[in-house]
Amino acid sequence: MAYSEKVLDHYNNPRNVGALDKNDPNVGTGMVGAPECGDVMRLQIKVNERTRVIEDAKFKTFGCGSAIASSSLATEWMKGKTVDEALAIKNTDIVNELSLPPVKIHCSVLAEDAIHAAIKDYKAKLGDRAEAGQPAETPA
Amino acid sequence: MQTPIYMDNHATTPVDRRVVDAMLPYFSAQFGNAASRNHAFGWEAEKAVDTARKQIADLIGATPKEIIFTSGATESNNLAIKGVAEMYAERGNHVITSATEHKAVLDTCKRLEKQGYRVTYLPVQRDGRIDLQMLEEAITDKTILISIMYANNEIGVLQPVAEIGRLAHGRKILFHTDAVQAAGKVPINVLADNIDLLSLSGHKFYGPKGVGALYVRRKNPRVQIVAQMDGGGHERGMRSGTLNVPGIVGLGKACEICRQEMPEESKRLAYLRDKLKEGILAELDECYINGSLEHRLPHNINISFAFVEGESLLMGINDVAVSSGSACTSATLEPSYVLKALGVGEDLAHTSIRFGLGRFNTEEEVDYVTRRVVEVVKRLRDLSPLYDMAKEGIDLSTVSWGAH
Repeated sequence: MAYSEKVLDHYNNPRNVGALDKNDPNVGTGMVGAPECGDVMRLQIKVNERTRVIEDAKFKTFGCGSAIASSSLATEWMKGKTVDEALAIKNTDIVNELSLPPVKIHCSVLAEDAIHAAIKDYKAKLGDRAEAGQPAETPA
Repeated sequence: MQTPIYMDNHATTPVDRRVVDAMLPYFSAQFGNAASRNHAFGWEAEKAVDTARKQIADLIGATPKEIIFTSGATESNNLAIKGVAEMYAERGNHVITSATEHKAVLDTCKRLEKQGYRVTYLPVQRDGRIDLQMLEEAITDKTILISIMYANNEIGVLQPVAEIGRLAHGRKILFHTDAVQAAGKVPINVLADNIDLLSLSGHKFYGPKGVGALYVRRKNPRVQIVAQMDGGGHERGMRSGTLNVPGIVGLGKACEICRQEMPEESKRLAYLRDKLKEGILAELDECYINGSLEHRLPHNINISFAFVEGESLLMGINDVAVSSGSACTSATLEPSYVLKALGVGEDLAHTSIRFGLGRFNTEEEVDYVTRRVVEVVKRLRDLSPLYDMAKEGIDLSTVSWGAH
């Protein structure tokens, strides 16, 4: 099976590889997949407390080239978006951008799951702070 | 050195130039039908086929009349197993095979089950070999056939064929072995090993594709099989169809070359294989060899590179042709059933790579492949969240992974 140019580009030059401090209150971490299934994605976002814009995003992925490319692309797209804008990223957008074949659609689904998981984690932290009476942004 | 480098010789091998040269006259100059008994064209073809029959028989310690030509090992396996099951149906309905057989054996057995036969699929031990004690215990008075491969196509592990043969003959049960990966690579003797039927295929040992053979024993015991295709009654009634003379000539020549060069070639390939393995293990931690190292084909190594998914590794070493047990590279989207049968976890099965060296690999290529594998595994581990976690001391087996 031949890989698309864009998958190859993300595989060879993955964007935003790395980790953010998962204990930082403004960092949300999403980890999805399982080693037994052959793919695990860890996606992290750092959100500006005031603007709710995702200022940084990092990933690490165990998986095939399409899984690596899907998560790399997800970090690229999330940066500069607000949390709610990022939630609107759909797996089909990733499929189209990377020209993924049908057998690789699950990679894009996993990337969408990772986006949601990271945002959920961030929001949970936000909620905890609100309950503890600490300053936090009110949801838009 | 030229790239891409081919190191997937369990899948297929290039045809040796000497084999091509032997075949060429039989396409258009000596094109006769070996079954034409009344003119020189037929006689020439028949003579060429007889020579090939002898070359094949010599490779495995058989006699020429015991060699039946087929289209390849899939057909040989089908013919052997179905042919025996049908012929000896009155004697019994039980077949014993193993979990790590090729699909051509497993799916043939599954079809027999649908027809009312009973099949025992023996598990294998951690090293990939069957347990002889379990084999003995699986035998019943209805057992008519034991079909166990000579060497496995993924992990290169050699089964205890001589012991299986002795056991089978002691109980008057026929023994078939799928020797596709072993023929031409390790010494085989059907008499010494008590083998009754043996499948082989030309393209696995530098012969052409589309031609293979089935050895069917003629003495002690005389084995009979029911033909699975109707037609002109070629090959003593066991396999109808005009003989593929150029292919058969190539198959014979390939056998002859293997027989002559095996002692030297197997030593050279074992040296290269060990160099590849040592070179990789010296540079990378968390690598696991799948299958026995002691009972193994000289040209095979199968390694799991923990925390690096196999297909992504293949993508990184894109100028090297090897294969992976990862689900992403299989048609079924399941990781290797062979590795699973060994008890290799699915997580590690996804990270496995099979290296199959061959006659035309050089030491320079082995050094290059070693460097490329090490470099790409390191790069992908830097990308792997699992490697991070393992380095932090987290036991991945205790992590609760979300459903996926």
